[in-house]
Amino acid sequence: MSSQRHYDPYAVRAQFPILSRTVHGGVPLVYLDSAATTQKPDAVITAIDQFYRRSNSNVHRAAHALSAEATSIWEGARARVARFLGAQRTEEVVFTRGTTESINLVAASWGSMNVHAGDEILITGMEHHANIVPWQLLCERTGAVLKAVPVLEDGSLDISAIDALLTDRTRLFAMVHASNTTGTINDVGALCAMAAAKGVRTLVDGAQAVLHQPVDVQAIGCDFYVFSAHKLYGPTGLGVLWGRYDLLDAMPPYQGGGAMIQHVSLERSVYEAPPLRFEAGTPHIAGAAGLGAAIDWFDTLDLDAMAQHEDRLTHRATSIIYQVEGARVIGEAPRKIGVVSFVIEGVHGTDLGMLLDEQGVATRTGHHCTMPLLERFHVGSTCRVSFAAYSTNEDLDVFERALTKAVRMLR
Amino acid sequence: MTIAETIADLAEQLEQFSDWEDRYAHIIAMGKHLQQYPEEFRSDDFLVRGCQSRVWLHPSMDQGVVHFDADSEALIVKGLVAMLMKIYNHRTPDEILSVPSDFVSRLGLDAHLSQNRANGLSAMMKQLALYALAYKVSGASS
Repeated sequence: MSSQRHYDPYAVRAQFPILSRTVHGGVPLVYLDSAATTQKPDAVITAIDQFYRRSNSNVHRAAHALSAEATSIWEGARARVARFLGAQRTEEVVFTRGTTESINLVAASWGSMNVHAGDEILITGMEHHANIVPWQLLCERTGAVLKAVPVLEDGSLDISAIDALLTDRTRLFAMVHASNTTGTINDVGALCAMAAAKGVRTLVDGAQAVLHQPVDVQAIGCDFYVFSAHKLYGPTGLGVLWGRYDLLDAMPPYQGGGAMIQHVSLERSVYEAPPLRFEAGTPHIAGAAGLGAAIDWFDTLDLDAMAQHEDRLTHRATSIIYQVEGARVIGEAPRKIGVVSFVIEGVHGTDLGMLLDEQGVATRTGHHCTMPLLERFHVGSTCRVSFAAYSTNEDLDVFERALTKAVRMLR
Repeated sequence: MTIAETIADLAEQLEQFSDWEDRYAHIIAMGKHLQQYPEEFRSDDFLVRGCQSRVWLHPSMDQGVVHFDADSEALIVKGLVAMLMKIYNHRTPDEILSVPSDFVSRLGLDAHLSQNRANGLSAMMKQLALYALAYKVSGASS
């Protein structure tokens, strides 16, 4: 990424109808909350609309034209995700409701077979609650122990601590690819290699990473990779669990119901092979139509140029924040996605969020579902701005003015 | 002032501000005039659940009238708390339980509160009513 490549965020932005709306009776929207969910381009909205207008029916069942179409949309999206992640087989992609359900599925299904009393699960100190609580529940059920890799002052992971934390009792190392609170990008390839060298399975939470960079699960070398469609310009309610096929094949079902069985008698049932084994019930078919379109759309972007653009926004946001007296950015690791969390001495995050909102600037305030991480930095909540492919320097111009005004009103 | 008069008075005060800055400045200023919260009651026991920022509420009963001490760590929230105090404080349990639940929209506040903030405000109102109900029930039985 040495050469500066041209990137036109305005051409991208023009494809997102919501970004031209106003709030509070006429204030132009400045959306700086893409880490919570990205907005949706026309291509995705159209795909979902078209599904319900033309193809709506159930998958894998009826013998009619629409059902065949719906099935091909559903399975087509699966193949698209498989290519997107560099999966070896399409059957390695399981659709879920989101990142949270993907992690819960692995914890419940893989965990019940592979984790026993005295075993250890390793996570990091920068995980989202979705990558903490399912493991705590598993530990409570099995008597296993949950451990965490500490986070350094700059928001990066204490790599030197990992070797000692990967013991002969460690069964799984679950790690976030990029932090939703500090933006830190973890070198998940290196972390997975350390785990693999000790025979430890790995799960990577890619919820925040997939929209900022290409992902290749083979290059990362993980065993499970999870993300949500809605953070990749797709619809809410659909998520992905990618797992190595042999691991998925050995796992028991997560939920029982229709579509996940080969045969049911009242005595016992024979389950489908992955991925259908893990997709009980009617799935979010329109969501898959949207996700397929989202990945197609995302593929049209120059991802290197986009990452450079987001980097510039991140740096500029950081300096805007530091112009405020008493401001402190939480997490300044060398490699970050477009996420900047900050606190301002003497200004409460709730107040700040409200006054930014009045000026049309959408941010997130609170603990960002990462309470252990915020405790490590001795703060209860932060204000967070986050960027995506459509964020512009103009957004930051408005943010700068709005921040200055809000702080002035609150001091 | 009766509760209805107080609500009308608050609404009139807020209506005079045509832009959001002045309105918020007014709300923040109200918070600054809130009576100081007794430090001995600044404990988790008196935290109102359901608020994004910490809000403390401590009730006491004296001669049939409920007195509240309240505070928030956030300035705007503290201003909203001050408004609630004008409506709810130093009233009988029956008066408190008769506060019309739509006064938030009558004050035009709902248009300026996100769902989370509005939830926080209704959590506070619920807690005020719960204390009043508790005093009413214990008063009726004694």
